[in-house]
Amino acid sequence: MLSSADLDTLLLTFKVAGIATTILLLVGTPLAWWLTRTRSVWKGPINAIVALPLVLPPTVLGFYLLVLMGPTGAIGQLTNWLGLGTLPFTFYGLVVGSVLYSIPFVVQPLQTAFAMIGKQPLEAAATLRASPFDSFFSVVMPLAKPGFITATILGFTHTVGEFGVVLMIGGNIPNKTRVVSVQIYNHVEALEYTDAHWLAGCLLLFSFTVLLILYTQLKASTVTQPFK
Amino acid sequence: MTDIKARFRLAYDDFSLNVDLSLPGTGVSVLFGQSGSGKTTLLRCIAGLEQAPKGYLKINGTIWQDSERKIFLPTYKRPLGYVFQDANLFSHLTVLDNLQYGLKRIKNNLGIIKLNQTIELLGVGHLLERMPSNLSGGERQRIAIARALALNPEILLMDEPLASLDLKRKQEILPYLSRLHQQLDIPVLYVTHSQQEVAQLADTLVILENGRCLASGPLAETQSRLDLPLAQDREAATVWQVHIAEHESDYHLTRVQFDGGSLSLSLVEAEIGSPLRVQIYARDVSIALTEPSATSILNVLPAVIKQITEGRDSQAVVQLKVGQQLLLAHITRKSLLMLGLRIGMSVFVQIKGTSILN
Repeated sequence: MLSSADLDTLLLTFKVAGIATTILLLVGTPLAWWLTRTRSVWKGPINAIVALPLVLPPTVLGFYLLVLMGPTGAIGQLTNWLGLGTLPFTFYGLVVGSVLYSIPFVVQPLQTAFAMIGKQPLEAAATLRASPFDSFFSVVMPLAKPGFITATILGFTHTVGEFGVVLMIGGNIPNKTRVVSVQIYNHVEALEYTDAHWLAGCLLLFSFTVLLILYTQLKASTVTQPFK
Repeated sequence: MTDIKARFRLAYDDFSLNVDLSLPGTGVSVLFGQSGSGKTTLLRCIAGLEQAPKGYLKINGTIWQDSERKIFLPTYKRPLGYVFQDANLFSHLTVLDNLQYGLKRIKNNLGIIKLNQTIELLGVGHLLERMPSNLSGGERQRIAIARALALNPEILLMDEPLASLDLKRKQEILPYLSRLHQQLDIPVLYVTHSQQEVAQLADTLVILENGRCLASGPLAETQSRLDLPLAQDREAATVWQVHIAEHESDYHLTRVQFDGGSLSLSLVEAEIGSPLRVQIYARDVSIALTEPSATSILNVLPAVIKQITEGRDSQAVVQLKVGQQLLLAHITRKSLLMLGLRIGMSVFVQIKGTSILN
């Protein structure tokens, strides 16, 4: 059975993932829209930065975040100046790390969905008196719904599974930064294989269920399938 | 009376548009040209979907664009209706929601009445609950036209609304367009490369080629201009606006009246006095010096030769005036020479066939 400590890590994990996914959708939507529409010279570099977490070892990302958010880092000095203290080894540090770590998993499906819509529905909306802002909400968002579903699921599940970044910037503080993946590692280190099984099994079931829904329940044609 | 003033200059890598147009504020102005002539780009400039770096556009006294004064009204602020080539309905909305999309965005109490009229005019009342993906191409295009009209626009812009449809669907929509033509009191700009649609719908004809305006004017006048390639075309024709004068039911014929004479047509099911468009192909018109007394051809009319051009091959094109109507005749150069036809001569034309357009 899951111990209460294990349950706590599960709850904490879903809390981090939930907050991170919300932030990702709020930030990622305008970013993905801009990347789809812009002809700016910055499109290439920003696309590359957004995709970086896909290829970068999480420990590398975590290391740089640790340095930047630490007392001598640029972000650390800013947060100190704002009276927030430093972020490493805090819950919100974990959220920041998760957001950066999962950003391509939200931005890229949205970008694909936006690109598939094309400019035609927007032109139709413009000829029907809808301002660009209006048509984004009344035309783009509904048409990109499959992309939003994919982005939400991928962003959330990917954050749930993160390990390297967490270990670098969050550490292993119970009820604060100890997430499921770290707890499994703890169990294995302590040779508590039964506990590790329970947690690992939970995550396996969770991931499989989510992907099963993604690939079967939602009509294949309407979902931007992440991996084909 | 000029109510539309449009001047645009725009250059892409492989195409440039340079037009200066004055068009009437009523009736259908057809922008005619081959693909690549710039007709769609011109329409998009008028809609504001394309922003010409140099442009001036005035519709019914309102400036929509004036690049010199840095005025550019964005599309959504222009009181226009636009029909795209492929309907471009919102796939996530039902037909009714598509029709109401624009209405919800204008403050106008007349909206609902206008919408109901439009639904009736285009015969789409039975489709309202459907999704666009469950409609035929013709139905989709009718919804698109209704959606544009429901807004009660000041001008209707139509970009090849029939081009993506097969012949059967075209025949299904054309009557609706003709009905619109008679009932709308706003100017319509209609882009097409089809001569049939020109004949059926145009009041004013604008001919575009390589981004330039080759000619612009009333339909019959422009159709019969001998300096334009249109008059040389095998399908060259003139369209006459006529009125039904009487029915000769014994012979299954209808007599129609035009400015300066009358014609016999095969029976037209329409009331006396109703207007009709009749198309006369240049190849169906022959010329005689004296009035032929013994001929099976019903329509023999006195005419005056206005212009003549000789083609390089066997053909010559003659522009004639019958009453107040202009008419084209394709004859052989040999006949031209043997009859000694000259500008100003009074002759008789025999019209072998006519086609009724609406």
